[in-house]
Amino acid sequence: MFDQKKLAEAKKRRQKWEKTTVPNWLRRHPERQKDFQTVSGIPLKRLYTPEDIKEMDYSKDLGYPGEPPFTRGVHATMYRGRFWTMRMFAGFGTAEQTNQRFKYLLKEGETGLSVAFDYPTIMGYDSDHAMSLGEVGQCGVAVSHLKDMEILFDGIPLDKVSTSMTINGPAPMLLGMYICVGDKQGVPREKLAGTTQNDNLKEFFAQKLCIFPPKPSLKLSTDVIEYCARHVPNWNPVSISGYHIREAGSNAVQELAFTLADGIAYVESTLERGLKVDEFAGRLSFFFACHNNFFEEIAKFRAARRIWARIMRDRFKAKNPRSMWMRMHVQTSGCTLTPQQPVNNAIRTAFQALAAVLGGTQSLHTNSFDEALCLPTEEAVTVALRTQQLIAHESGVTDTIDPLGGSYFVEALTDEMEERAMSYIDKIESMGGVISGIEKGFFQKEIADSSYKYQKEVERHDRTVVGVNDYTVEKDWVPVDLLRIPPHVEREQLARLERVRQGRNQQKVKQSLDKLFDDADKNRNLMPTIVEALKAYVTIGEITDVLRSVYGEYKELIVV
Amino acid sequence: MSTKERKIRVLIAKPGLDSHDRGAKIVARALRDGGMEVIYTGLRQTPEQIVETALQEDVDVIGLSILSGAHSTLFPKIMQLLKKKGMTDVMVFAGGIIPKEDIPALKKIGIKEVFGPGTPTSTLVEYVKNSLSK
Repeated sequence: MFDQKKLAEAKKRRQKWEKTTVPNWLRRHPERQKDFQTVSGIPLKRLYTPEDIKEMDYSKDLGYPGEPPFTRGVHATMYRGRFWTMRMFAGFGTAEQTNQRFKYLLKEGETGLSVAFDYPTIMGYDSDHAMSLGEVGQCGVAVSHLKDMEILFDGIPLDKVSTSMTINGPAPMLLGMYICVGDKQGVPREKLAGTTQNDNLKEFFAQKLCIFPPKPSLKLSTDVIEYCARHVPNWNPVSISGYHIREAGSNAVQELAFTLADGIAYVESTLERGLKVDEFAGRLSFFFACHNNFFEEIAKFRAARRIWARIMRDRFKAKNPRSMWMRMHVQTSGCTLTPQQPVNNAIRTAFQALAAVLGGTQSLHTNSFDEALCLPTEEAVTVALRTQQLIAHESGVTDTIDPLGGSYFVEALTDEMEERAMSYIDKIESMGGVISGIEKGFFQKEIADSSYKYQKEVERHDRTVVGVNDYTVEKDWVPVDLLRIPPHVEREQLARLERVRQGRNQQKVKQSLDKLFDDADKNRNLMPTIVEALKAYVTIGEITDVLRSVYGEYKELIVV
Repeated sequence: MSTKERKIRVLIAKPGLDSHDRGAKIVARALRDGGMEVIYTGLRQTPEQIVETALQEDVDVIGLSILSGAHSTLFPKIMQLLKKKGMTDVMVFAGGIIPKEDIPALKKIGIKEVFGPGTPTSTLVEYVKNSLSK
């Protein structure tokens, strides 16, 4: 990249600087720490220079936006054309309450929906299951059957808005319900746009909301990918997620590596269905966290795109550039939020959101400052959304593509992230792939170790957490009344569930559940039958129970 | 029984459906590093399972971790079951995302202390040791 003579001169000057200018200064002004590292433990030099990127091959390693390897961005003009989708993860109480929140957020300028379901829904239990007690509508919206879903999207035209759903085990059911709501609104399936998380693999070591054992879980994820490739072409059937890996305690390198390893597993599993790579790979999407270390996070996003493009081109022989692109959603990091001095969280979130934008995300959720205390209030979620609008409209960072590209530091760190992630991916391959790694407890152990290390760093004061281990105050200022879910939510939800169960055609219910059992037993793609069952108002719990009877339930491998 | 004769036995348990086990695992490891015998039973334990494990493992302490908001439903059930089994000498503490205004009611039913995010693990180790030696 550089003229050899000039590079040699720069090197000479650096050596001189290190021998004279730096030590002279250090004698009177010592540095704050003996050494500096990213959160992932990557050692940081004092200064980065052309020498650090002298091996760079611009066309091969960076290239141009909208072209492989997409290091500088997946779209040709990035935010000069359209901003990222401002997509706030929302859901609480009943479908009516969440529908109101959705409409509020759209009115305030968010550009895509994102549904948070409650724990019973996520675990495939109806609201009246014994395990659902006390959990209905608490951490998300309760959805047990199509009627709930119809209310959730009432007055929201599905051909005008895209919707992301954080749902994994029951992803076939929730996608099925979305399709049914679309049918009722008269929206053709090819016009439905959105994403189901449907990344069951990371559940086993990160989000840990597992229903079935690993193999049938991968089968269900693949059913959705295959079905969408054939019938719902504008749907992102899977959002391969590093977010939960990070939140569970991993560092940035592990997040990157484990996510890509999961991605490889989904591609392999879908290829086994007889689809060609270019028939589905363009619709695979990704989801990352954005933690505190600004440049490490930016390097992570850039490295992620480059590695994925290389894997898709070299390993899976993709021909269509779209099969090589990595489109991503980013969420600012929930685990960095503190209940102490909660307003500080708005500032943390703003830095993280800025890193996500500089890293070239397609979609962004910003956390609300009160989220370490409760589900977001309307006031706090508005500040979080405004944070994105400030970055988009006021900061000016959106006017040039990948403005940090070419920074000696950012490029060197991007290379380092790639190298370290690839070495993890090789290790995972050599242990037989992701499922084998899950069964051996490899990921679980890696994440638990990183999480404990981070905690110890905070407790030793190697790492300052403002308001927690330094700059503490006696009394926290909380400018909102915390959001609480009242008990009548559960009562209303149970009453509706009962009405739906009474009012449906019982024979149809039985027939569709029998058909489902047969399909599962014979290893067919379950999506078509699930859609039919949902139309007959079969509940998520009833469908999941049939699948539990065929696949068994996952028993957690506990790794402390 | 004096704590010198036998290691303090602690059950770290996660009731409810939420899967945020990062904190529970850190606490389990820290108490173990602090010289205690720690039993961690994994996610989604029912009140019945928690009390049964506590009984079988003959623990001195139960640490409950919950972040889903179901504490006001599940904690009273656990405390009632402990009472029913005559295990009122078992010290129970809790952690997770639990609103401050809920804490007095939880203390009233016998939960000794509720710790929030940001609590140093050394504080927990000290707390458990001190409250048992009293």
